[in-house]
Amino acid sequence: MIEIKDLHKSYHMGSNSLHVLKGINFSVSEGEMVSIMGSSGSGKSTLLNILGMLDEADEGSYNLDGKTIKNLNEKVAAKYRNQFLGFIFQSFNLINYKTAVDNVAMPLYYQGVKRNIRMEKAMHYLEKVGLAEWAEHHPNELSGGQKQRVAIARALASDPKVLLADEPTGALDTKTSYEVMELIQGINDEGKTILVVTHEDDIAHMTKRIVNLKDGLIIDDSVVSQVRAKEAKERQEQAKRANHV
Amino acid sequence: MFNIERWQEIFETIRKNKLRTFLTGLSVASGIFILVILLAIGQGMENGIGQQFQNDAANRISVWTGVTSESYKGLNPGRRIEMDNQDYELAEQKNEDQLEYKSGLYSLWGQLTTYKNENGSYRVEGVRGDYQFLENETLTAGRYINQQDLDNYEKVAVLGNRVYLDLFKGSNAIGEYIQVNSIKYKVIGVYTDPGGEREETRIFIPLTTAQRVYNAGEKLRSLVFSLQPQDKFEDALAASEAFSAQLETDLKQKHTISPTDERAININNTLENAKRFFDLIAMIRGFFWGVGICTIIAGIVGVSNIMLIIVKERTKEIGIRKAIGAQPMSIIGMILHESIFVTAIAGFFGLIFSLFLLEIVGPLIESEYLLNPSVDFGVAITTVVILIIAGALAGFFPARRAANIKPIVALRDE
Repeated sequence: MIEIKDLHKSYHMGSNSLHVLKGINFSVSEGEMVSIMGSSGSGKSTLLNILGMLDEADEGSYNLDGKTIKNLNEKVAAKYRNQFLGFIFQSFNLINYKTAVDNVAMPLYYQGVKRNIRMEKAMHYLEKVGLAEWAEHHPNELSGGQKQRVAIARALASDPKVLLADEPTGALDTKTSYEVMELIQGINDEGKTILVVTHEDDIAHMTKRIVNLKDGLIIDDSVVSQVRAKEAKERQEQAKRANHV
Repeated sequence: MFNIERWQEIFETIRKNKLRTFLTGLSVASGIFILVILLAIGQGMENGIGQQFQNDAANRISVWTGVTSESYKGLNPGRRIEMDNQDYELAEQKNEDQLEYKSGLYSLWGQLTTYKNENGSYRVEGVRGDYQFLENETLTAGRYINQQDLDNYEKVAVLGNRVYLDLFKGSNAIGEYIQVNSIKYKVIGVYTDPGGEREETRIFIPLTTAQRVYNAGEKLRSLVFSLQPQDKFEDALAASEAFSAQLETDLKQKHTISPTDERAININNTLENAKRFFDLIAMIRGFFWGVGICTIIAGIVGVSNIMLIIVKERTKEIGIRKAIGAQPMSIIGMILHESIFVTAIAGFFGLIFSLFLLEIVGPLIESEYLLNPSVDFGVAITTVVILIIAGALAGFFPARRAANIKPIVALRDE
């Protein structure tokens, strides 16, 4: 699904040059759920931005579902983003003046889907994340976890090949984090390829493979046994109860 | 443009930002308002000044003589030139088919005039029948001087309205006799003149009578003509200028005056004066357009500024939109659409409000130089077009900036 070879990226700030990615080789096949870990400054966000076509690499090749992503103009990049990718952000990035269902329907609007079909599809995905009765609410009326669920529904709406999640639980408490991860795991179970950037160990272990980044290089890439978020949540609740007693 | 989704987006953003949109609209609306009012005032001035020219026939050409200022063919300067009936006949014969109205004039100033116990001092002018039209006079009673009066040297008089009111205090004047110095004249008519009172303190008598009674022989003080009207102002102007020039040359030749002498023969051409006024009006009008357009430009800059702020404020939103697949053109369309919509609606309000004001206040204005200020349909359409262009211009630069927003920068957490 994703093929990256010898990816380099540097940022120039005045006379200083910062070499962020120093030759990344990395591939993800369909149906995988991969987490990219690393401390801040390790280049994980940059890598995700390049994968998301929000940024472009200086060197190296990037293949997404058989398409070479190189020197795209804005128009084509927008089209590919819309068709191939679904984004989930740490800060949700919902549009505040739109209702939940309108937010979810947005990628479909840019695909040129007719309004009634769009709304129908959006409702379907909202149901899937368990927020059907919150469809007409604005984001400021939703809790953090609910917002992230809306964002996930939006990422799914255009039926993308790959979901890219940038610290999807970074702004959530542990319980809500596990609920969101449970949802993401469910989506992966249905066969969607998912990439999660995180610096939290427990979240990383809820994926099937962990790629560790340090100083712009992959230092470790290993398959792990997936921790089901649901079980983790239950364990946590038990521990809490035990503490109370 | 007719995409219902786009409209929904725009209404949504406008609803969310009522005050901001209102203020933006206000600057555009006031710009259009000022432009329309200025143009209407320009039109009103044109109407007003146009009416001032109704005093006399619009294409009146009058000739009077003075003293030569240059020596010519052995004659000294300082010679007083006097015209007579021959001059008049010469001009008349030479331009018969071109002339509309024509009259010679012999006038006397400050003639003591009495009727019963009332008296006053007025100007007495001996004229031909056409003079009524050259002065644009309307009779309120009786008749004007006719050819028979001229042929028979009748002692008849047509009074200006002021003279009539002074002497007769509103009672019947027709058929009564007034005494001008020692000579009695029968009153045959009373006239009014749109030029006002100054023009109505005159008494007209037949030219032939005036020349005989006041021992003037064949002398004339001045010649007054008007030319056949033309369809186009430019044609009329050209014809009257040519006529004036020809007449001057002829008279100079006949009276042995240097061709370069500017004081011996004076020709006043109202059409030339009118042209000067119309040029002035055109300039004023241009100035008003200029001021109006500048006001609108200020408005556009205002809208553009606010659109930039909007873009800045919505940077994140635009970033999100781009991340989920919005193409640059759709972002540009969104911003442009909104700015055109806001300027157009606000502009229409300004336009309608100003037209409304003109409709109500316009007719109430009573000034000599401002008459019925209004704008015509073409001008209204022009302002609408200006509006739409303005909206597009105001939106363009912010829209381009919005389209260039990099999603990665926009989404970066602050």
